[in-house]
Amino acid sequence: MLQRVYDWVDERLDITPMWRDIADHEVPEHVNPAHHFSAFVYCFGGLTFFITVIQILSGMFLTMYYVPDIVNAHESVKYLQGDVAFGTIVRGMHHWGASLVIVMIFLHTLRVFFTGAYKKPRELNWVVGVLIFFVMLGLGFTGYLLPWDMKAYFATVVGLQIAESVPLVGTLTKTLLAGDPEIIGAQTLTRFFAIHVFFLPGALLGLLAAHFIMIRKQGISGPL
Amino acid sequence: MHRGKGMKFVGDSRIPAGRKPNIPKDYSEFPGKTEAFWPNFLLKEWLVGAVFLIGYLCLTVAHPSPLERVADPTDSGYIPLPDWYFLFLYQLLKYEYAAGDFTVIGAVVIPGLAFGALLLAPWLDTGPERKASRRPVASGLMILGTLATVFLTWESVEHHDWEAAADQGEMLDEEEQQAMSQVDTEAAGYQIYSDQGCISCHGDQLQGSGSAGPSLYNTQYDAETVKDIAQNGIGEMPAGQFEGSEEDLQTLAEYISSGGNPGGGGGGSESGGSSGEGSGGDSGGSQGENSEGE
Repeated sequence: MLQRVYDWVDERLDITPMWRDIADHEVPEHVNPAHHFSAFVYCFGGLTFFITVIQILSGMFLTMYYVPDIVNAHESVKYLQGDVAFGTIVRGMHHWGASLVIVMIFLHTLRVFFTGAYKKPRELNWVVGVLIFFVMLGLGFTGYLLPWDMKAYFATVVGLQIAESVPLVGTLTKTLLAGDPEIIGAQTLTRFFAIHVFFLPGALLGLLAAHFIMIRKQGISGPL
Repeated sequence: MHRGKGMKFVGDSRIPAGRKPNIPKDYSEFPGKTEAFWPNFLLKEWLVGAVFLIGYLCLTVAHPSPLERVADPTDSGYIPLPDWYFLFLYQLLKYEYAAGDFTVIGAVVIPGLAFGALLLAPWLDTGPERKASRRPVASGLMILGTLATVFLTWESVEHHDWEAAADQGEMLDEEEQQAMSQVDTEAAGYQIYSDQGCISCHGDQLQGSGSAGPSLYNTQYDAETVKDIAQNGIGEMPAGQFEGSEEDLQTLAEYISSGGNPGGGGGGSESGGSSGEGSGGDSGGSQGENSEGE
């Protein structure tokens, strides 16, 4: 039955080449932890992606309850954490995932660096990877404000002060992020919400796609 | 997209003439112990992911995510702290030549150079050698950068007063919230509280403000002790804070010791609105000395 559904689609859209391309690639011995224990360092990238998927899923569920305005944001998070079934788990995973993903992407960066995997012909993939790192840090910064509690608010005040201290574009950057050159308030929360939920994840998905297409095109770097 | 050869027309559409067989490659011809990604290796990756997920969930269950009280932009005494992965930058900006007049160095030049070099690493380290030991400059700089980041984060964590931080952001439970909501801002005592500048450290609702001053709405001191503290200070609070008449001091002390609610009995203090002379004053005095000794 499944085979006939597959054949029916394949006859019309010719999906076999696509499927073989995704599924059918070789995993060389030197990256396989089953053969070399040290090859566990090659797991960091995959785990980063794994946490990213969890972040996207848990984030989608969080937005079912979260209200991005200064009157209700804190209350909604409190409600989500205290009264919603499994709310504390979903928020907990999103909270801890945010830290774990930074740890994993950092370890992945070190692995790629110290195995020299960023060298020709993989320069562009390295650049995309570093950009993903920046996007992750941006997601961490904007997401931290959203519960609208004391630590969130004052960490954002400090962060925006640092942004403001940049010569020439400092005040512009702050205004763009906070919605006002002086006030950090209602506008800031909605802007950070939009950046955290739409702008940066959009950029992240595009960069991840580029990252994965490039690695499939070039294959994993050889043994040292 | 296929073009030209290998295509056939069906009606108005051009489609591939042959179908590609859906058969995996023969990996026995590959070097070493190469294996197929699907499904062999993916299952192993799945195992690693499952073990990781268990640890992740244990962390989530053991440490529920924190939530402090609702943001209060007027609370100037709150010591801010960013999330841990920004601490290195936060700490860097505390050093003399990276702060103040030199903020540009700490906020732009140093991070710009570090992250710029990271981004452009493939063009800074162009040699063909891949082994870390065969390109000591690149490896050395990366190790240096990593150690510097770890060191700065460590220093920041070391210098932060975590207990004070936990206190200053704590969410009030319902009892405390009620005590606070009963603070009478119409009372004569509140006027003095505000005029004498107590308000700047202890907050407009007697809630205190982080490290600057403790909350007063549920103080355990009686009126005599409060009088003493207002004049002679306690702990980090300097002496001579109160500058006014004896009468005002009495009104203020009664107001504070009643938890900001001199009319009703809802305050935290047992001595309520009445100023104690005699036994009350004595015990108050000893309380004050004890606290000063801490």
